[in-house]
Amino acid sequence: MAAQETRVVTKFLRERTDDSWTFDAARTHNKAYSALEKAMGMEPAALIDEVTKSGLRGRGGAGFGTGQKWSFLPKDVFPRYLAVNADEGEPATFKDHMLIEKDPHQIVEGSIITSYAIQAHHAFIYLRGEFALGADRLQAAVDDAYANGFLGKNILGSGYDLDLIVHRGAGCYIAGDETGLLSSLEGERAMPRIKPPFPAVQGLYAAPTIVNNVETMSTVPHIVREGGEWYAGMGVNKSTGTRIFSVSGNVERPGNYEIELGVTFRELIDDLAGGVSGGKKLGFFIPGGASSPWLRAEHLDEPLDMDRAAELGTMLGSGAIMVFDETIDPVLVAWRIAKFFAHESCGKCTPCREGSGWLEKVLYRMANGLGRPDDLDLLMGFGNTISPGVTWPPGMTTICQLGPSTMSPTLSLNKYWGEEIRARLAKDADRRTTLQVASA
Amino acid sequence: MTFTDTERRRAEELVARYPHSKSALLPLLHMAQDRDGYVTTDAMEDIADLLGLTPALVLGTCSFYTMFKREPIGKLVVSVCTNVSCLVNGGPALVEALRTKYADDHDVHVEEVECIAACDQAPVMQVNYEFHGPVTSESATDLIEQYKSGALKARTISGSPT
Ligand SMILES: Cc1cc2nc3c(=O)[nH]c(=O)nc-3n(C[C@H](O)[C@H](O)[C@H](O)COP(=O)(O)O)c2cc1C
Ligand code: FES
Repeated sequence: MAAQETRVVTKFLRERTDDSWTFDAARTHNKAYSALEKAMGMEPAALIDEVTKSGLRGRGGAGFGTGQKWSFLPKDVFPRYLAVNADEGEPATFKDHMLIEKDPHQIVEGSIITSYAIQAHHAFIYLRGEFALGADRLQAAVDDAYANGFLGKNILGSGYDLDLIVHRGAGCYIAGDETGLLSSLEGERAMPRIKPPFPAVQGLYAAPTIVNNVETMSTVPHIVREGGEWYAGMGVNKSTGTRIFSVSGNVERPGNYEIELGVTFRELIDDLAGGVSGGKKLGFFIPGGASSPWLRAEHLDEPLDMDRAAELGTMLGSGAIMVFDETIDPVLVAWRIAKFFAHESCGKCTPCREGSGWLEKVLYRMANGLGRPDDLDLLMGFGNTISPGVTWPPGMTTICQLGPSTMSPTLSLNKYWGEEIRARLAKDADRRTTLQVASA
Repeated sequence: MTFTDTERRRAEELVARYPHSKSALLPLLHMAQDRDGYVTTDAMEDIADLLGLTPALVLGTCSFYTMFKREPIGKLVVSVCTNVSCLVNGGPALVEALRTKYADDHDVHVEEVECIAACDQAPVMQVNYEFHGPVTSESATDLIEQYKSGALKARTISGSPT
């Protein structure tokens, strides 16, 4: 039987496509804020337990246990803050964009519950600047939540106060890294900070801060309403629950699909996304955003399981699956991703700042038939300075994960097409010589 | 152009929302760009004054973010994605066509951008941060022309509603 979606966080927005983002529709037809009403009758510690029990792991990229992260807050240190990561910038990821535009109340409700659980009185949603409609809808949702007593002073008569601010970014991938986000929220360049201290200990304004992704926040109301055990009953191994995957590239039906973790890549790509477009064969696919190392046809029957992905030397990252048909040159794709990282490197750490630029330049000439015989080895060589060993999980010489991520495409080229590419480079070199002679 | 009294009051309200005033820097830069179409030197000095920062620090933050323009770019900013999912669906040809078409049009600023999180609609374009996709160079031109004539209502250069 063909695989199906299991809709939890996307159920409502798929059902009510005309007005799912409005307060009235969400409240009347989706029990919006009923989980908050339940949560306010619970102890904060009990909420953290429930989320821990659910096994929910962050949906932003790193896949860290959500309840576990919350429990890292140092006892009795206040104020504390919540920063919701709505900066979605990982190439080919477009799930948060949908959640923001189509179901902002679910995010706001999850953010209020989380703030209460961690006892924060100020929360921020750091929204990607380019999401203009998203900004309108999220702000309208926050305004409605204030107007209905779900935000502000003495929420639902509980004595608990919370202010929630929608903060627009201004175009910058690195603001999606949690510490870059905090720098940006403080009015600085979005430069990442060294960890430790982790944000949960010293984050925004040096106070304990929880940073969580939009999809993570959207899941929290469901866990509160239905219970952690219910959520943990879905999924596979330590990848519990459902997750939204953004599938794009050369596929028949690109889009967001919410599936129970454990479904295979083949089921997701073929059954749900309609397979490779135009009936072509699969060339390769990238399983977790541009930062993740690539997979090929031999991996199609592997399950979408975060720990299994790690065993395969990659990650499910941001849940973005890019599919390429057999006619697409992997070197071209590697160059374009390198160009992305070269543009987005914040410039703080030398290996990443310099290395990302060199990767882009060398991959450009390789993609354009002007490579030099040892170009792939050159890349693998200086890649060692960016990420020692050039492997995954990666070695680090930089403050944040952007540095080693720049090596994922090259690492994949070398692993799957090493011989082929070296042969191609030898031919390029012959042609270069002819060209030079011809033009001399 | 510097802040009027009304603008200054709006700016102060914005600042008051944050536990630390400096956090209002990005929102204030957006506000300035909404008004002037780009971030002027005067506006950066005004913001510095309001937040008790040096103008150099304001410029330092401002120049880090691609949405902030520090010189006039016209009425419409057209952002065309060429990242991988758009790359394999015609993004590069689209940006070239629009660049050529609008090379001499001072109202339209065409720029190549990184993934804007709408890859299921590749190739994707934004006009003043309103999404359109998938588009061809013809349908994209048609949309841009409609924004120019006012048949479609454009947001500000910072993407705020007008
Ligand atoms: C370069 C870089 C970019 C990132 N971009 C995002 C992003 O756009 N959205 C996001 O939620 N997390 C992003 N992350 C991950 C965050 O650092 C962080 O792990 C996440 O927001 C935590 O939330 P979660 O535990 O709910 O996943 C990025 C990380 C790095 C290193
Ligand atoms: S790759 Fe173009 S919008 Fe994502």
